[in-house]
Amino acid sequence: MSEREVLELLRENARYSTADIARMTGLDESEVETTIEELEAAGVVRGYQAVVDWDKLEDERVRAEVELNVTLDRETGYADIAERLARFPQVKALRLVSGDYDFDMEVEGDSIREVSQFISEKVAPVPEITQTVTHYVMTSYKENGIELGDGDDDERLSVSP
Amino acid sequence: MTFELSERVQTVPPSGIRRFFEIAEERDDVISLGVGEPDFSTPWAARDAAITSLEQGKTSYTANRGMRELRESIADYVADRFELGYDPDEEIIVTAGASEAVDLAFRAFVDPGDTVAIAQPAYISYEPGVIFAGGEVLSVPTTEEDDFRLTVEGLEQAGADEADMLVLCYPNNPTGAIMTEADLEPIAEFAREHDLLVLSDEIYAELTYDGNEHVSIATLEGMRERTIVFNGFSKAHAMTGLRLGYALGPAEAINAMNKIHQYTMLSAPTTAQHAALEALDSCENDVEAMVNEYDRRRQFVLSRFREIGMDVFEAKGAFYCFPEVPEGFTAEEFAEGILREQGVAVVPGDVFGEGGSGHLRVSYATGLDDLREALARIEAFVEDHT
Ligand SMILES: Cc1ncc(COP(=O)(O)O)c(C=O)c1O
Repeated sequence: MSEREVLELLRENARYSTADIARMTGLDESEVETTIEELEAAGVVRGYQAVVDWDKLEDERVRAEVELNVTLDRETGYADIAERLARFPQVKALRLVSGDYDFDMEVEGDSIREVSQFISEKVAPVPEITQTVTHYVMTSYKENGIELGDGDDDERLSVSP
Repeated sequence: MTFELSERVQTVPPSGIRRFFEIAEERDDVISLGVGEPDFSTPWAARDAAITSLEQGKTSYTANRGMRELRESIADYVADRFELGYDPDEEIIVTAGASEAVDLAFRAFVDPGDTVAIAQPAYISYEPGVIFAGGEVLSVPTTEEDDFRLTVEGLEQAGADEADMLVLCYPNNPTGAIMTEADLEPIAEFAREHDLLVLSDEIYAELTYDGNEHVSIATLEGMRERTIVFNGFSKAHAMTGLRLGYALGPAEAINAMNKIHQYTMLSAPTTAQHAALEALDSCENDVEAMVNEYDRRRQFVLSRFREIGMDVFEAKGAFYCFPEVPEGFTAEEFAEGILREQGVAVVPGDVFGEGGSGHLRVSYATGLDDLREALARIEAFVEDHT
């Protein structure tokens, strides 16, 4: 139970200090520390990242959602293809999905050119991959459960009954 | 022309929170812990229902007492959550906020000269409401030693046996105190013995923490017939601006309140009634998520005040906590000091009446990041001045 509480808090903000998490959950600080260590050791917590609104930066950052269709043969399974693709640093997320296509892949690069090149030169040539459909991300409104943009103005009265 | 204000209006002083509001408005870096309303938006399903009702052109008056369907839902909800049984046709009225319901009750039951006992510290609208209705206020202080719960001794000491009516609010604004069934029993007995009508504002009922269940005084023996219960959608359903509340009580009482309501308000906002219907129908999980989040913040704020070295009452309800100001300060001075020097707005406890002095009302209806920063600033202020 406390594991779950700690996980929820870390997902909300991985930078909460152990002291803050202890205050919010009523656990001891040392209990929080141990819980987090255990979750990390067990591979439940795989890392900590920032949620970035790239549109706010001058630098161009290009992202694409790529649909992949594959045909399997006797020697190759989904896991083999996934392993091969996941190694590329350009690939930020890779999921096997149900529906019209097999893999759902998120790719990031510095320019459209770079992303296109990566897909045509590194992904499409994989022999089992029969089709790729690339969707460039134009605007992102929500990432990792966090709404992007400036929608959080507090219009409440500063003092009210 | 000059306006000759009615005596009743002249009697009521300006709200004690207005001054703080004005100071807070002067600067733009204020973190406000002075708000008495949720920082969450109304659950999406409820907003969507409101939008749909507008698209469908549902913009006429409803029945005076509120849409029948909504009254049925309210009856089911209060039965389910609080073991309160009320007939949607005769014993429920939907109003423009619990505020209107409270006002209707004062106007329906207070005669000039009647005495209304109010357990204090109390929500700031009761006292003016009584005065506007021509009644007199008898304040019944509660104290931190009693966990800000109303006691029979308190009632006796204040002379409430002579009163006509008693106003309760649990979970409480501003203290965050709750009353258990055992706490309420003797109060109920006192009310029966002295024939008091009880007005019970239970708008924070859902916001009850630490495994406590809200108990309505109307569920105690012999109390249903002498109690009006107030509730609404502002707090737990984060619908303050939609202005929707309700009152529950015996038919005779609700009919009397409806008589005033039908001439003054006609009916509660229709769009809001559609939102409320959906809120009861499908937003249970949203309420639960908000309550969990308030609880987390509550733990955080209570423990931070203790670290800062300020005594703080272990609030178990609503979204307020009620710390004591350090020695050498009045609540006013402390509140004004942290607002001017540190840009943190809170409300001094004195404005909520007797029993509130020396305390601050600190609302945690604000995101954790802001709470963290606000408490760091309060800590800095305390270090600078003690
Ligand atoms: C105890 C109490 N009762 C009633 C209200 C008003 O509620 P409504 O928005 O339903 O009028 C408030 C609002 O702060 C409150 O704290």
